[in-house]
Amino acid sequence: MKKHLNTLFVTTQGAYLAKEGETVAVRIEGKVRLRLPVHTLDGIVCFGNVGCSPFLLGFCGERNLTVSFLTEYGRFLARVQGPVSGNVILRREQYRRADDLDFSARMARAFINGKVANCRALLNRTVRDHGDRLDSEAVGDAANHLTGLLKSLGRDRPLDEVRGTEGDGAHVYFSVFDHLIIRNKEDFFFHRRSRRPPLDRVNCLLSFLYTLVMHDVRSALECTGLDPAVGFLHRDRPGRSGLALDMMEEFRPLADRLTLSLINRGQLQGKDFVVSEGGGVRMKDKARKTLLTAYQERKQDVLLHPFLEEKMPLGLFFHTQALLLARFLRGDLDGYPPVIWR
Amino acid sequence: MYTEDDLLMLSALQHLLFCPRQCALIHLEQAWTENRFTAEGRVLHERVHTAGADSRCTVRVEYDMPLRSLRLGLSGRADIVEMHLQEDSSWLPFPVEYKRGRPKKDDTDRVQLCAQALCLEEMLDCTVPEGALYYGQKKRRTPVQFDDRLRRVTEEAAARLHELLSGTVTPAPEYSRRCESCSFIDTCLPRTAGKKNQVRNYMTRMTQS
Repeated sequence: MKKHLNTLFVTTQGAYLAKEGETVAVRIEGKVRLRLPVHTLDGIVCFGNVGCSPFLLGFCGERNLTVSFLTEYGRFLARVQGPVSGNVILRREQYRRADDLDFSARMARAFINGKVANCRALLNRTVRDHGDRLDSEAVGDAANHLTGLLKSLGRDRPLDEVRGTEGDGAHVYFSVFDHLIIRNKEDFFFHRRSRRPPLDRVNCLLSFLYTLVMHDVRSALECTGLDPAVGFLHRDRPGRSGLALDMMEEFRPLADRLTLSLINRGQLQGKDFVVSEGGGVRMKDKARKTLLTAYQERKQDVLLHPFLEEKMPLGLFFHTQALLLARFLRGDLDGYPPVIWR
Repeated sequence: MYTEDDLLMLSALQHLLFCPRQCALIHLEQAWTENRFTAEGRVLHERVHTAGADSRCTVRVEYDMPLRSLRLGLSGRADIVEMHLQEDSSWLPFPVEYKRGRPKKDDTDRVQLCAQALCLEEMLDCTVPEGALYYGQKKRRTPVQFDDRLRRVTEEAAARLHELLSGTVTPAPEYSRRCESCSFIDTCLPRTAGKKNQVRNYMTRMTQS
């Protein structure tokens, strides 16, 4: 059964979700405004003051559906999931391998390889599509620099060197990110990453999308029976989802690309954001809806998985990668193949 | 003889006979995915599995009967066990298992039924010569004789099952046509197996050019 990959995003303040038979009923001011069969969903994300009945939470837990609670602005609050899934052998293998620093370095290389290659693909593609409207020389140079980093990642290296390469790559990539914005430059610009709070509109979009991708990667890992907390590149830190962060690396450029297309196609405008006194930027409701819809639509796009060479909706890639990782840990594959776009 | 701690699920025999990797994915790795076929089977069994008993003069029927065999190291439930009154006024157990779909060419369903019979023999200290499979699509029973050959196949399968599930190793996949009908195809990824260095080659191809 192909997963439907629909995530229910609830942004209406004061909404209450309840279980009615096999469906989720969304009540607003006491009236049922929407009913969705649970089996068509793979996750529920509640923004701000949205309530959820314990029976619905239990039902979702049984069906491997994660329910996440975020603030209105997309900051993660809590997540409710069912019983720990049964794959103790896989998890033990994951813990053993995570303790092995050489192995961890190898995994880290795979994740960073994926990220750097995808960043490079994004740069090259933008030059190809809009070369006449941006500083294609600077962007091209950055892409070449990333090619050099990929070469060095092809060799065995200790974990901290891999981290160094990652830092290098992120620096080079983000130093030309502003060039990729070719519309509404007075409202949308990028100088450096800022997160808490995001200090410009582009960072605001990036952070929000990363949260969404994180939610999906995490659920995929959990569904597969992996422990999202125990990573290879990202070492253990209480409260941090190390493995989810690891696996997110290869998917970050996806969020970047969506951010750019929302801006460059004019789907979002400067007035869709609120800038607070302190300089922090947040989205207005309408912008958040536009972004959520765009993300959902993007996940429905059917693409060729570069390693499996099978077509599948983009949303399924998170699950597929979690599975490929599990299969590698269980000895079926000779490595972990990150998704790499060309 | 096994102890109660060693008992494995009777239904795992079927998974083993279908594919040892599928069996390990379900029982070692606890992966479970539902497809149309498993959902239909679940609904069919939900209807059957309302424990209870029924009786007519010469047949007593018990639904969802718990079973076990320490000799085979298996436990599970029988959809239906009919008790047929014999001329000497003893009752002879007759297991019936519900299956969606139609009769299969291979032994998988018969082995599961035979294992139930072996459990009944051990628990009730009797001989169970026959049972039946009820196929949802045919809407009729197919009788099954528990002959020496079927008993031997069942005992061997139980032994292999214990061997597989006492380890932690999931057998490597082997792609074949029936993988396409398996609900685990998306979890198992059978086509990824068997090729050496394929991830290494993929990485080189995707990053070094």
